Amino acid sequence: MSARPIATTRSAAGMPTPRLAVWWVIASEIVIFGGLLGSYIMHRIAHGEWAEYAANTNTMIGATNTFVLLTSSLFAVLAHQAAERGDGKTAARFLYMTTGGGLVFLTIKAFEWTSEISHGMTITANTFWSFYYTAAGIHALHVIAGMIIMLFVAQTAKRNEDLHRVEIIGIYWHFVDIVWIFLFPLLYIAK
Amino acid sequence: MILNSVLPEASTYAADIDRLFDVITLLVGVPFLIASFLFFSFIFRFKKREGTPAKYITGTEHQYMKWIHRAHVPILLFDVIIVVMAVNVWYDVKQDLPEANSTVRVIAQQWAWTFVHPGPDNVLDTADDIVTINELHVAKDTLYHYKLEALDVLHDFSVPAFRLKQDAIPGRVITGWFEPTLAGEFGIQCAEICGIGHGLMPARLIVEDRAQHAAWIAENSPLSVAAGVEDESASERTRLAAR
Amino acid sequence: MAESIPVEHADGHADHGGHHEMSFSEKYIFPLDHKMIAMQYMFTGMFMAVIGGFFAYAFRMQLAFPGINVPGWGVVTPADYNALVTSHGSIMIFWVAMPVLIAAFGNYLIPLMIGADDMVFPRVNRLSYQIFLLSAIIILASFFVEGGAFGGAWTAYPPLSTKAEYSLTGIGSTMWILAVALEFVAFLLGGINFITTAMNSRAPGMKMWDIPMVVWMIVIASILFMLSVGPLLAGGIMMMFDQQLGTAFFDPDRGGDPILWQHLFWFFGHPEVYVVLLPAVGIVADVMTVFSRKKLFGYKTVLYTAIGTGVLSFTVWAHHQFVAGIDPRMANVFTVTTLLISVPIAEMMFVYIATLYGGSITFKTPMLWALAFIFEFLIGGITGIFLGASGNDIYMHDTYFVLAHFHYTFYPIAIIGTFAGFTHWFPKMFGKMMNDNLGKLHFWLTIIPFNLIFLPLFVLGAAGQHRRIYDYQNFPELSLPWMQDLRQLATISLCVMLGAQLIFFYNVIKSWMSGPAAGKNPWRASTLEWTAASPPPHGNWPEGLPTCYRGPYEYSHPDHEEDYWPQNEPA
Repeated sequence: MSARPIATTRSAAGMPTPRLAVWWVIASEIVIFGGLLGSYIMHRIAHGEWAEYAANTNTMIGATNTFVLLTSSLFAVLAHQAAERGDGKTAARFLYMTTGGGLVFLTIKAFEWTSEISHGMTITANTFWSFYYTAAGIHALHVIAGMIIMLFVAQTAKRNEDLHRVEIIGIYWHFVDIVWIFLFPLLYIAK
Repeated sequence: MILNSVLPEASTYAADIDRLFDVITLLVGVPFLIASFLFFSFIFRFKKREGTPAKYITGTEHQYMKWIHRAHVPILLFDVIIVVMAVNVWYDVKQDLPEANSTVRVIAQQWAWTFVHPGPDNVLDTADDIVTINELHVAKDTLYHYKLEALDVLHDFSVPAFRLKQDAIPGRVITGWFEPTLAGEFGIQCAEICGIGHGLMPARLIVEDRAQHAAWIAENSPLSVAAGVEDESASERTRLAAR
Repeated sequence: MAESIPVEHADGHADHGGHHEMSFSEKYIFPLDHKMIAMQYMFTGMFMAVIGGFFAYAFRMQLAFPGINVPGWGVVTPADYNALVTSHGSIMIFWVAMPVLIAAFGNYLIPLMIGADDMVFPRVNRLSYQIFLLSAIIILASFFVEGGAFGGAWTAYPPLSTKAEYSLTGIGSTMWILAVALEFVAFLLGGINFITTAMNSRAPGMKMWDIPMVVWMIVIASILFMLSVGPLLAGGIMMMFDQQLGTAFFDPDRGGDPILWQHLFWFFGHPEVYVVLLPAVGIVADVMTVFSRKKLFGYKTVLYTAIGTGVLSFTVWAHHQFVAGIDPRMANVFTVTTLLISVPIAEMMFVYIATLYGGSITFKTPMLWALAFIFEFLIGGITGIFLGASGNDIYMHDTYFVLAHFHYTFYPIAIIGTFAGFTHWFPKMFGKMMNDNLGKLHFWLTIIPFNLIFLPLFVLGAAGQHRRIYDYQNFPELSLPWMQDLRQLATISLCVMLGAQLIFFYNVIKSWMSGPAAGKNPWRASTLEWTAASPPPHGNWPEGLPTCYRGPYEYSHPDHEEDYWPQNEPA
């Protein structure tokens, strides 16, 4: 089943099809997160008391996670550069490091949530915490999805096959990173 | 003209809304008839005939395009007329809140209406308030504010004869107004789906002239009922409350 | 046959043209071929349309003859009634109009019309159908769970939809929102495929303005869908959490806001109308040009009006919420934007009528459907003006006038548009001609009852009859004899119309089995799909993919002998 249609190899718009597609994926993701964060911001403006709830978030942990994700994005860039050179092995190694960054991010998040939940700040505590867990949770699912895809891409990149995929997953990973850049100030810093 | 042939106009703004409806009917009806006429005449005129090939028209030629562009002038003009009229009526009914002679509270719940009328003192939330279920009593030519509440889910207070409609939202009190102009009995419907009993929320609206209404208030106020004034309408009220 | 591209297999694999090697399940159950996936969507959509039609029959019978034992359903209880109207609306839009108009026609036509051998991501395409099928199974299964199917209308306004103690359908509500969310995911995947395929995989020589209108429209519709559905997808997750985890996003008692859902819903809901409208408009453009032997009047004008309508559609959503408790000043803004939509839509309708001017029209079945689309949609369009005018909407909101209005838009879109496209491309899809006389009989027995269903409902709406009420006998003002007569007229017309669909299914099966062979190009049309064999084999053009030399609608060109000029014919 690995035959690829000729359609896939064409590029009438002047951009390779996979890259074009990932941009459209990101466009549709932007409106999903846009809708969620827009709803959050509207609530936030209407409810001044949410600042008190937000004070319970741990800015240090949030900042650490931001740093971890940014670092992993750097690895994704390095992986792309290696792929451009045709060095699949190095690209795969950097992809593993990017995945590792995602793993560290999720581990920190797990500890953070455990502590918050044990202090009674659950998803049903109030609507601020509902948004907090929903937004960060959907983002975490994107991190997990990105990590899984990245492991597959690394497998083929190691054999120097389909190196263009390294760039595609990189673009997606940067997007996931940027979503966090929006979440961090909205959920942690604004107090 | 059109709407009041199927439904009486029972409030001050009902006639405005009906006029708006008539104007819109005219302003969209005429273009519709013209477009339909052109459509059907083209269909029959340009039926396939042997030896008459179709014209080659790209649709960029000025001689043809100008007709399309010119058609926009009346359409835009009609749009402006409709917008101005609609906004005027809207302002009157929904944005403006004229001074009231009296206020009633309308409480919607699954699946009944509770109406709270001010008693003889004409002040809401005092001991002489009259509470009825599924029956609203108002006086003709009196300007009312309604305070609309919902206890559980969304409902909608709709009085077709008044041309009035407003959603009720739990946790909020929405204030609006109406002024009845026609005595009689009219229907109230819930116009927002509210569960399996949504079709079972018919309430009655009873508009009486001021003297009759004042008499009804006097007879049904809990204070006068407590004072031993028992009559038909009081037992009627108990029956309604029990329902 | 103009041909410049040799057939090559990207991986040197003998998959293309080698469909004889595929097993039954590879070919029919888990296909990668865009045409087979299109057929899966088409027939799933038609199956769902039959279900949706049956639901309409059940609740219309209850309205015309309150309390009767409806043959095939039984007594329609209030809970049944709500579940039936909710599912009818949801199914007809999400599981009929979208799969048939966008997914079926999009999958079938895009590769064929742009001269490609398949979609760019066949496996994503297959996944999209599988998710869609799963969503369809979930929505149907919700009728059999405890409490029954969700009955809070297709708009699913909270708190009714989020609290089981109010809706009495705890599981049904969650299954509804889950099914809708999965359907959205399926169409996001499909949409990415449509957009990238049309952008990147066009035949050599096919420039922007050489793309057939139906392909353009499906692509624009996919973009509109993609840009509008996100907030509702987020809202759907929030709703599911409210139902199952006990969060309070939409619960006013605990700091939530039920109106927020309405904004999220209609921000998607209004563009959604154009998402399904545009493919139908594109189909009609293709059918009309073929059967009037005319070039489309103002190709770019049609395109710009479609884009203009699409952009405007993002600015009008609150006209569904005039009396919902939003700030009344907002209504003024939304009245203006709503009425502005009349400008591009009117232009589009004018251009279509102008396309007929100077034509040489033959009234084959597809052309009848296309013409009916224009006329019926015109009625749907003008009645929308009544509702967009805020002052009038105070009275009209949630009456049968609204219901009749949007059936006059959705019915031309989803039913008339589909029949136009299906009868037009049937020869290509199955290689056989349909019986034209049966087709015309079916046309008239569908169109006349359709008008007799919904014209009376305009009158009932103007008389103040509200929607979603299962029995009007409880309302003295609404149980007048003439009103009940109109309700019965509508119901009987519906039964006639549903019965007439048997003619269609008979015609399809009969023609498929034993109709006359269609040949490559029975309608003498100039777009690329008609240069492939009927039905096109796997890979579409095994002899080599076509090259494009001109626009799609060069009919009756003065420089050309024949009255059509195929896109792939060198100048």
